[in-house]
Amino acid sequence: MSGDFHAPTRRELLVGSGVLFAWAAVPRLARAEGRDPRLLTIVLRGGLDGLAVVAPVGDPDWTTLRSEKSLTADGQTPALPLNGFFALNPAMPNLHRLYQAGQATIVHAVATPYRERSHFDGQDVLESGLTQPHASATGWLNRALSGLPAGRRGGESGVALAQNVPLVLRGPAAVASWSPSVLPDLDADTLQRIADRYASDPVLSHRLADAMVTDKLATEAQSKPMAASDGSMDGSDATTAAVRSTAARYTEQVKTAAGFLCREDGPSVAVFDTTGWDTHFNEGGGQGQLRGRLAVLDETLRTLKQNMGEAWPRTAVLLATEFGRTAAANGTRGTDHGTGTAAFLLGGAVAGGRVIADWPGLSGSALYQQRDLKPTLDIRSVLKSVLHDHLQVAKATLDAEVFPDSRNAQYLPNLLRA
Amino acid sequence: MARNPQEAALALHRFGFGPRAGSIEEIAADPRGAVIAELDRPGAGQITNPDLPSSGAANRAVFEYNAERNANQKRTRRDAAQATMEAAPAKPEAVPLPRQLFRNEARARIDAALNAEIGLVERLVWFWSNHFCVNQEKTVMAGAYEREAIRPHVLGRFVDMLLAAEGHPAMLLYLDNAQSIGPNSIAGINRDKGLNENLAREILELHTLGVRTTYTQDDVTNFAKVLTGWTIRQTVSDPDHGGEFVYIKRAHEPGPQTVIGKDYDDTGTGQGRAVLADLARHPATAKHIATKLARHFVADDPPPPLVHRLTQCFLDTDGDLKEVTKVLVAAPEAWAPEQAKIKRPGEWIVTALRATGETGEIGRIIQAGNLLGEPLWRPPAPKGFSDENAAWLDGLAQRLDIANTFAHREGLAVEPAAVMDAALGPLASAETRRAVVGAESRPQAMTVLLMASEFQRR
Repeated sequence: MSGDFHAPTRRELLVGSGVLFAWAAVPRLARAEGRDPRLLTIVLRGGLDGLAVVAPVGDPDWTTLRSEKSLTADGQTPALPLNGFFALNPAMPNLHRLYQAGQATIVHAVATPYRERSHFDGQDVLESGLTQPHASATGWLNRALSGLPAGRRGGESGVALAQNVPLVLRGPAAVASWSPSVLPDLDADTLQRIADRYASDPVLSHRLADAMVTDKLATEAQSKPMAASDGSMDGSDATTAAVRSTAARYTEQVKTAAGFLCREDGPSVAVFDTTGWDTHFNEGGGQGQLRGRLAVLDETLRTLKQNMGEAWPRTAVLLATEFGRTAAANGTRGTDHGTGTAAFLLGGAVAGGRVIADWPGLSGSALYQQRDLKPTLDIRSVLKSVLHDHLQVAKATLDAEVFPDSRNAQYLPNLLRA
Repeated sequence: MARNPQEAALALHRFGFGPRAGSIEEIAADPRGAVIAELDRPGAGQITNPDLPSSGAANRAVFEYNAERNANQKRTRRDAAQATMEAAPAKPEAVPLPRQLFRNEARARIDAALNAEIGLVERLVWFWSNHFCVNQEKTVMAGAYEREAIRPHVLGRFVDMLLAAEGHPAMLLYLDNAQSIGPNSIAGINRDKGLNENLAREILELHTLGVRTTYTQDDVTNFAKVLTGWTIRQTVSDPDHGGEFVYIKRAHEPGPQTVIGKDYDDTGTGQGRAVLADLARHPATAKHIATKLARHFVADDPPPPLVHRLTQCFLDTDGDLKEVTKVLVAAPEAWAPEQAKIKRPGEWIVTALRATGETGEIGRIIQAGNLLGEPLWRPPAPKGFSDENAAWLDGLAQRLDIANTFAHREGLAVEPAAVMDAALGPLASAETRRAVVGAESRPQAMTVLLMASEFQRR
């Protein structure tokens, strides 16, 4: 039906349409100061077991908690050494290389202020930046963007690589979402007629305009030649078909994210989600279901670095989860919902190569409620410091608007390169 | 009684799956009465299709299928290794059995929605199936689960649905209880295994009381102990009953347990059934369910008086879901003319099919749900798919693409203006009417109609 004649695609339409606005009309964040930073936030949904990713191999109580499944420096699949006390899961060689190159920092025994164990409430607190669940319909990243002085941010300075914008990026600042579509383009005239019809429905109208702009940029991002990637995955048995299809999706998302972030006039921040960290059953350590998922995440990070290219030195990537898991294994070779966990900060802009942890220990009495890794650091300390040092959000804004009630979460010095 | 086509059209979109040709006229004499009447129809909500296997039968069939396929692959490799004979030409692979089962179940579900007069009972099935969701990726029984644990109870008592859902093999697999073992049980001691608290937590948080209500970590742990021993027969050792529920006393944590301030003696499965029965009757559960129902049908932030009346009805009738539904349909708040809710993707797809009289190819319907972020029986988390507008707005571009494709495929055979009259009737604004009638092609008119605000909302 379509295709006999050249009708402008919905992407081409945008350029000339009066209904839709261009992304890049306004100068970018902090460009005036020559920094032009980029921040990618990856939300790890499901409760990542920080202990199984960054294992405290120097803690005498560690191996008794996880018995034969615990990662050790000299086991059958030895963990990758970090600093003598901590070691990284062997499924993450790329993260390890970044760490060794001084481009990755691990923060351990960290948690949000949330102390219950519901995924959804936990994610709500992680993303809203507040102390209680469901206390805000906006997320900390969006409030940080809207807290920047006018002229330092554009029409849309954030993008979510998702069908739906996650809470962390929801709020007053205009943001976009993008997810792949495999269907043919709509002709311009039909689109215009639908846009006209939404004149009386501002909610749908606004969303349509956003979607079109984002789609155009994504198309451009994808058509740009990318750095070579052999796309090879760790060929272990754990790499099932499901894992491979997840890997393909993450790869597409991260390439698109890099495409957005690399643009001179592109958004400063991007967000994407990963799932599958809720390892109640057969979690494993150096082997098992967690290993397969970590391998995919690790490969995603490698693809990201490759595709960020010249923008990598001004890039920071933050990985955070809603809570950790029980310190001991549960009855089904997995772990149940817990509290303290690990978070990750990496990228060319990061002053890395260290593990930041005020280690609480793993003896029965040292555990939170005699069950979970006790948090000794508020994750908002990390978030505030990154937003201040990297995106240059004012401390007054961070303390009042972005993370209210976070006085006790101190700024961490020197997370980023000067 | 005066005919009220406006309210009839609203009723069909808000409480059902949208009009089919003639639906608005059929119920215009008494729209509210017609909605209620659907609840009293004998056999409402049931699917009687002898070709759909029970969950146990599906489980066993897939087990045998996988075993046979593995053996065939191994034999092929062995023969190839011997390499004395000429290789037999590879047979083209038929649709794998698990996918065929899934497609048959999906077809039955879509047909039930297409064939309903209004569709309230099917909407309730979709609502409750999402409330007690399982995931197709973890079990081949998701479709059978809905027919066995959800459908029989959508107009019955909440406690019965709760018991059916939590004891169903699909749920025991999905939320890991099948592997949970009492640490002090015989099996726990002998095999050095123990608890998995996933199911216990999600029952309290998602299925009954609701998050941030009255339970503690101890309640979760103790309830998980109560549920130990609720598991599934293994097909490998039990070829006739594999995949069915079984209670294994050997794996059940012995002794009484305290859950939310009440002691429960160890009476085997009776212990878990007693806790579930008390949870079903808890005021926090009533409020949680009332809020979710009102949010689904009326508004993201449902009017508190409506939630209060639904809660009260739930408590007064011991969780009689038909009575609760009647209170909802009778509520003036549920008939506000403003279409406050965006249709969920699946609702929108079925509305489009009903409007055009198409049955749709099941593979395309499944694919459309995937693209729109609502893959059938594959929710992102145990909480199920969201019932808030914000969760679905961002998928508008994908809806555009699907509407466009649908319009080009189906839109040539139908008369868009007639479809608009049948599907929206008096709900169509003058502007939408002009845009559809004034479109330059039938596919364009259909795309505009399917994307119209009145068609996207309910």
